[in-house]
Amino acid sequence: MKRVASRFLARLPLHAVLLGLGLLWLTPTVGLLVSSFRPPDAVRSSGWWTVVAHLGDRAQFTLANYREILTAQGMGRAFVNSLIITIPSTIIPIAIAAFAAYAFAWMEFRGRQVLFVVVVGLLVVPLQMTLIPLLRVYNHLRLAGSFVGIWLAHTGYGLPFAIYLLRNFFGALPRDLFEAAFLDGASHTTAFFRLVLPLSVPALASLAIFQFLWVWNDLLVALIYLGGTERVAPLTLKLTSLVNSLGQEWHLLTAAAFVSMALPLVVFFALQRYFVRGILAGAVKG
Amino acid sequence: MRTARFLPWLYLAPALLILAFFLVYPVLSTLYLSFFDKNSERFVGLANYIWSFTSKDMQIAFRNNLLWVVFFVSITVSLGLILAVMADRVRYEVVVKSLIFLPMAISFAGAGVIWKFVYAYAPANRPQIGLLNAIWTGLFHAKPIGWLVNRSTNNPALIAAGVWIWVGFCMVILSAAYKGIPKELLEAARIDGANEWQIFWGVILPLMKPTLAVVTTTMVINVLKVFDIVYVMTNGNYDTEVIANRMYKEMFHFHDFGRASAIAVILLLAIVPIMAANIRRFQEQEAIR
Repeated sequence: MKRVASRFLARLPLHAVLLGLGLLWLTPTVGLLVSSFRPPDAVRSSGWWTVVAHLGDRAQFTLANYREILTAQGMGRAFVNSLIITIPSTIIPIAIAAFAAYAFAWMEFRGRQVLFVVVVGLLVVPLQMTLIPLLRVYNHLRLAGSFVGIWLAHTGYGLPFAIYLLRNFFGALPRDLFEAAFLDGASHTTAFFRLVLPLSVPALASLAIFQFLWVWNDLLVALIYLGGTERVAPLTLKLTSLVNSLGQEWHLLTAAAFVSMALPLVVFFALQRYFVRGILAGAVKG
Repeated sequence: MRTARFLPWLYLAPALLILAFFLVYPVLSTLYLSFFDKNSERFVGLANYIWSFTSKDMQIAFRNNLLWVVFFVSITVSLGLILAVMADRVRYEVVVKSLIFLPMAISFAGAGVIWKFVYAYAPANRPQIGLLNAIWTGLFHAKPIGWLVNRSTNNPALIAAGVWIWVGFCMVILSAAYKGIPKELLEAARIDGANEWQIFWGVILPLMKPTLAVVTTTMVINVLKVFDIVYVMTNGNYDTEVIANRMYKEMFHFHDFGRASAIAVILLLAIVPIMAANIRRFQEQEAIR
C-alpha cells in the first residue's frame, strides 16, 4: 500500500505537467468556441469563463452570431469559395505529380536523375520568390482574381513536394511486381493505373489531406492572387478582412474564426492517422 | 520492358511545364528585378540590397526574425521533446498528444483571432474580457496591459501564439523517434544504476540527435518565413515587423518591386542552405529504411 502511494506521489509532477499543458493548450480554443455562442452584450460585459456560473440558463447562449456572419458578413459565401478553391487545388497537383513520379520511379530515360534532383531542389524556393513576376503575368492574362488562376498557382506550389513524396513511395514498391506485370505483357500505362495507384492509396490519402489543409488554411497565396476581389475570397481572406473591419466585435469574430476552423477540425478528428502522416511527410515542404 | 522514347516525356510534360512557369521562371525573374528600381525600369545595381540591410524598418524586421529564431525555435523544440518523453509514460498519452497537436489543423489566420482574443485589452475601469488581462488584473491587481501594442510584450505575445501552433508538430516527430529507441537500452542503463535524469541526458538525447536536428532546422525555416500570424495580429505595427510581412508591404503598399524582390532573394539565400541540409538528411533516413 505504502509502495503504491509513494509511486503515485513520485508521478504526481508528471501528471501535473501533462494535464496542465493539455489544459493550457485547449483553453484558448474553448474561449473562442464559447464566446461565439454568447449574445453581444454578454461578450462585451463579461469574460467567457463566467458562463460556468449559468450553464443552465438558455438566455446566455445564441446562434445569432453565426446567422449574422454567415449571411450579412459573407462567411457563407467564403466557405463555398474555399471549397471551390481547395478541391481542384488538391486533385490537380496530385494527379499531375503521380504521372511524373511514376516516370521518375519506373521509366528509363536520359537525364532522369538530374531532372529529379532539379525538381527536389525546387522544394527550397520560398513562395515569396515567385509572387511579383507571377502576379504581373496574371494581371496581363487577367488570371488575377479568378479561381482558375489560384488553382494553377497552388498546383505549381504543391508539385515539387507531391512529386518528391510520391516518387519515394512508388520507388519503394517491390520490383518483382513490375517484372511480373511486364512479363505478362502489361504496358506502363496499365502498370500505373492497375498496380501503382491502388497500392499507393495510403500515400495518396496522406498527401491529399496535407495539400487540402495547406490550401484551405493558406492566406498568402489567396491574398496575392485573389487580393481585393470579395466575390472569390476564401475563408482565411474573409476572416482577415473581418478582423480589420469588425475590430472589437468579438461575438462575430469568434464565430467567424470558428467557421473557418470547422472543416479542418472534422478532418483532424476523423482522419487523424493520415493527417499526422501527411504533416510529418510535409516537414520538408518549402 | 522497353520504354517507348516519348512515353516518359508524356508523363512528365504537365509537371515540367507547370514547374517551369510557376517556379523556375519567377525565381530567375525576381532575381533580375531585384537589381532594378521600384518600377523595374532603371538598373540600380545593389541599391535595393543596401537598402535592405540599412533601413530602419528592415533592421527591426531582422531583429524580430532573430528573436523568433532564438525563442520560438528553442521553446518549440525543447517543449516538444519534454512532452514526447513525458507523454510516453502515462496511459492518457493519446489524449494529451491530440490536444497539443490540435492547433496544427487550423489556419494561422484562425489562430491569430484566437490569440488576439486572449490578449484583448479594455481600460482599467471596464470588465476585462481577454483571458490574459483578466488573470493579470485579477491575480496581481495590476493595470491591464495592451499586450500587442506594448513594445516590450508584443513580440513575446506573437511568439507565444506561434509556439502554441507548432509545439504539437515537434512533439509528434520527436515522439516517433523516442519510441524507436530500444527499451532494453534504457533498462540496461537503469540496471547499471543510472537515474532517469542521467538516462535522459546520456542515452535518450544522443540517440535522438538526428531527429532533433531535422525538427530544429524545420522550425528555423518556419520562422524565416513567418507571415500570417504577424499579418493578422499586428500587421507589423509597434515594432513587430518581420521580413516576410515587410516584403508584402513593399509589394502592395509601396509598389516598390525592386525592394520587394531584394527581400525575397535574401529570404531565399537564408533558407537554401538549411533546406538543402534538411532534404539531404531526409534522403539518408529514407535510404536507411
